[in-house]
Amino acid sequence: MKLPLRFLVPALAFAILVGFFIVGLKRDPGEIPSPLIGKPAPAFSLESLGDPGWKVGSADFQGRPWLLNVWGSWCVACREEHEALLAIARENRVPIMGLNMWDERALALRWLAELGNPYVSVAYDPEGHVAIDWGVYGAPETFLIDAGGRVVRKRVGPMTREIWQRDFAPLLPPPASSP
Amino acid sequence: MRAAIVLALALLAATAAAVDSGQRFQDPAEQARYERLIRDLRCLVCRSESIADSNAKLAADLRREVEAQMRAGRTDAEIFGFMTERYGDFVLMQPPVVPRTWLLWAAPALFLAGGILVVLVVVRRRARIAAADPAALDEEPDRP
Repeated sequence: MKLPLRFLVPALAFAILVGFFIVGLKRDPGEIPSPLIGKPAPAFSLESLGDPGWKVGSADFQGRPWLLNVWGSWCVACREEHEALLAIARENRVPIMGLNMWDERALALRWLAELGNPYVSVAYDPEGHVAIDWGVYGAPETFLIDAGGRVVRKRVGPMTREIWQRDFAPLLPPPASSP
Repeated sequence: MRAAIVLALALLAATAAAVDSGQRFQDPAEQARYERLIRDLRCLVCRSESIADSNAKLAADLRREVEAQMRAGRTDAEIFGFMTERYGDFVLMQPPVVPRTWLLWAAPALFLAGGILVVLVVVRRRARIAAADPAALDEEPDRP
């Protein structure tokens, strides 16, 4: 039996459309691939959130992997991920630097006092200049920078323990043998 | 019909009234260049809006960045390059023509070509049927 063209053509078009939909379902439209992955981390040096006389920046972690977490006290999803960040900090495998964006010092410091402080240091970026250099378009965002100073992973949206275990932790050097 | 035209015009007026209508440059040519640049850059928070149309904080920051770079004497290409280095091609309202987007850019032409092909096939077939038996068309027009 030979199927007529008038059935075959719509069926084929339908199959192609379904193919697009299936691919589309599995992709997160909220995620824009960062062109920064694999590139050297943009250098910066900013005032410390807690101490305006102190400069903190990307040079603080020469030769070791570190995490940059973009947050602000105005950011609701940052509150949501805070527990996960505290847990990562407790693991003690990688230092977390905070990039405090579009915020006021007093509000940001109160947030850390209330919720706990997972950061080894926090850079204060009220105008969002450094955030633009890192291609940040909203908080929270989290970057993993390897020992060679390259950005190897980025998460847009709240960090969770699952995402940490799945996407980030495997990229770290194996934990030093400790008792 | 008239209502539809009025509605269309109202919508057009709404898009024309951008969030950032402020005068940033004294020189009208520079101001026009500024407005064109911010209309060609996407606001990554709101996605379908340019940074000229969006009142998101990020859009305001990026407008400030465009203004600062223009004052620093950067060319359009340098400013777009600055943005795509940080935010990827997605930041451009017009996707660049690169191998990855060839299909995207070619799609309208491909659809048009497909449509023309269908029309040609149908017209020729019907012409053939009409030539053989003019009455057949009235009964079942599509029969091959």
